[in-house]
Amino acid sequence: MTTDVSRDERLDISTALVGIVLLAVLILAFAGAANAADGQFAAQAWTFVISATAGLAGLLLWHETKAPTRRFDRAFYEEGVVKAGVVATMFWGIAGFLVGLIIALQLTWPNLFYFPELGWTNFGRMRPLHTSAVIFAFGGNALISTSFYVVQRTCRTRLAGGMWPWFVFWGYQLFIVVAGTGYLMGITQSKEYAEPEWYADIWLTIVWVAYLGVFLGTILRRKEPHIYVANWFYLAFIVTIALLHIVNNLSLPATLTGSKSFAVFSGVQSALIQWWYGHNAVGFFLTAGFLAIVYYFIPKRVERPVWSYRLSIVHFWSLIFIYIWAGPHHLHYTALPQWAQTLGMTFSIMLWMPSWGGMINGMMTLSGAWDKLRTDPVVRMLIVSVAFYGMATFEGPVMSVREVNALSHYTDWGIGHVHSGALGWVGFVTFGAMYCLTQWLWKRPKLYSNTLVEWHFWIATLGIVLYICAMWVSGIMEGLMWRAYNEYGFLEYSFIETVSAKHIEYIIRSAGGGLYLLGAIIMVYNLVRTARGDVPVEDRKRGMAAPSLQPAE
Amino acid sequence: MATRQSWLFRNHKLFEKNSYILLIGILIVVAIGGIIEIVPLFYLKNTIEKVEGMRPYTPLELAGQNIYVREGCNVCHSQMIRPLRDEVERYGHYSLAAESMYDHPFLWGSKRTGPDLARVGGKYSDDWQKQHLIDPRSLVPESIMPPYRFLEDRPLDLGTIQQQMKTLKLEGVPYTDSMITRAVDDAYAQAGEDYDVEALRNDYSKAAGRDNTVSVRDFDAVRGDPSELDALISYLQVLGTMVDFSTYEAEDLSNKR
Repeated sequence: MTTDVSRDERLDISTALVGIVLLAVLILAFAGAANAADGQFAAQAWTFVISATAGLAGLLLWHETKAPTRRFDRAFYEEGVVKAGVVATMFWGIAGFLVGLIIALQLTWPNLFYFPELGWTNFGRMRPLHTSAVIFAFGGNALISTSFYVVQRTCRTRLAGGMWPWFVFWGYQLFIVVAGTGYLMGITQSKEYAEPEWYADIWLTIVWVAYLGVFLGTILRRKEPHIYVANWFYLAFIVTIALLHIVNNLSLPATLTGSKSFAVFSGVQSALIQWWYGHNAVGFFLTAGFLAIVYYFIPKRVERPVWSYRLSIVHFWSLIFIYIWAGPHHLHYTALPQWAQTLGMTFSIMLWMPSWGGMINGMMTLSGAWDKLRTDPVVRMLIVSVAFYGMATFEGPVMSVREVNALSHYTDWGIGHVHSGALGWVGFVTFGAMYCLTQWLWKRPKLYSNTLVEWHFWIATLGIVLYICAMWVSGIMEGLMWRAYNEYGFLEYSFIETVSAKHIEYIIRSAGGGLYLLGAIIMVYNLVRTARGDVPVEDRKRGMAAPSLQPAE
Repeated sequence: MATRQSWLFRNHKLFEKNSYILLIGILIVVAIGGIIEIVPLFYLKNTIEKVEGMRPYTPLELAGQNIYVREGCNVCHSQMIRPLRDEVERYGHYSLAAESMYDHPFLWGSKRTGPDLARVGGKYSDDWQKQHLIDPRSLVPESIMPPYRFLEDRPLDLGTIQQQMKTLKLEGVPYTDSMITRAVDDAYAQAGEDYDVEALRNDYSKAAGRDNTVSVRDFDAVRGDPSELDALISYLQVLGTMVDFSTYEAEDLSNKR
């Protein structure tokens, strides 16, 4: 295509709007940096200044070089932003797993992995870095990239909003960088999974509204009469996370040029609001969003329709209705009034049903194609992720029973439970989707190596088993030790005895985490070779060896 | 049931064909649970017990709490003793909602990689706390806690402490104008420097409704401007000590929730 045909010099409207937003950020951040009340805030403000400047430069460059006729051409899907999302997902995944391994090692060998002169490497600052990196950076990028892919395909139209999808992508990366560097500098609201301070929260709100706009805008211009089930889940995830994020992060900064803010709510109210948020970060971020992946990628990969349309409907509405109530099970036996605890527990047990409804619908989609479990390791990864989902969503209701919670709360059992969900469910379903997306987006007939997928699958599965078994043992052990009495009616163990008793389990946990990281590194290698278009290993071998010697794949 | 489809299945196309109806449906469905659970906590009077002795944190303790948050102490230490026999024997009286009513936000925690700290105040000497923060394994060899040696050398930043107290006042913490005006002096006075201790004691005793509610001493045993260690230890030493349990009737019906 030649560039001189009807060259339209007009500025694209979405590009102009993004530019205005970036300019406003630049000005505000510069003012913040110049008047900063503390050094940490200055550093964060400069991060915004540099990013906004880079963003504006990028926009200008794009405007000058991209031929107007090819801008946001509706005849094509927007695939660039999805590709970028795949890269970001894997990058943050490796980073998050690595930080997780480091903090696991810190708890195992504190003398080797703590540095008295480097306070920012301490567990208290690295732990939110790990959780945010895996949940919001790895998981979030997986959700944004897959939702952008799925909504285009299922609506048969290009992403709405022109430049806005790119704003969502880069704005989200900026949020991650600001949050992560902030934790290391000691900037935190202390609320789990909602640690970033007020300005980062405002920025995320802007990015999220843009995300909702792009997603909903794409659905509005769909060429299919029906909205596909995966998009119900994505939509529920996007709007509910917006609601949770805004309410839970209501806070007043001490000064507009400082990082410190104080939550509007205090004590028991802030506790319930935090866990209403916290548990639904699990329910809507780590469940509804990833169920959308299940509802698109499993049927697509195995070339079978979703098992039951009616089950999808029941499962969707009951899941989002019941999940919201479950938060108080994080506060059993605390100063939260008991009626709220009981409500939380009751709904948590009810939640078992819609969760398993989803699991059954995902697994049974393989009906008539069960052989793919054997022949396609990516399918196996997706299905095993659903199996882990089933496990974790059974264990959760059990742990939400007050009497069980009396033992399990505050212990490593909680850590084990979270990781069977995070590593087994969220991790595996993301890996499965990323294998699919890499192959599909870079238009390769197959992955570079199915053997490497097999290695990834087994190494990671072994890692998960080591991890969660170690945490079950250490969690139940410490819970029992805390409440153990000797024959004279005194507490049997001092607290520190329960700490040293967990040392072996901590070694096993670190090994499990290390294996999981190793599996992900193998995956990245495989994806890079696939994207580059290298001849698949299996094809090369086939060219050399006699076909009869090939084992069934 | 077997032959007739339920209303939901017959009419679900309403949601599937209209994105705004789907959106509004989702919002209504997810709003119900949160509203029913959260809203009553703000108007049910017995959500927070009536106790004597609760007062706002002094500026030094507040700065200490900020350091506690900054370093992520709440990641490994809970501040919420459950009414279970072993916890009450190990840590002390179970925690009351009133005890965290001035914490914006709450610091109850969710994990006990280390022990609960809700009543750690007064349990150990300042010297012990100092040495334990600087090098935990010098006192408890099996400990897996990180070292916080750097706190000792860092002068306490009180640059925004008044603005912080004003913000908290706006959010309902009963700081008086005198407390806010005198914030920096109060911090120095509490850390054992030569400032007006009586003014500090008066203000906070009045808020607590009883005497001797503020510990005044050189927490880190180093003369001069307060360090971050001073602030953190002063905060740890006040934890769980405010409520007057001699006047608290745990079995009273109004305190049963």
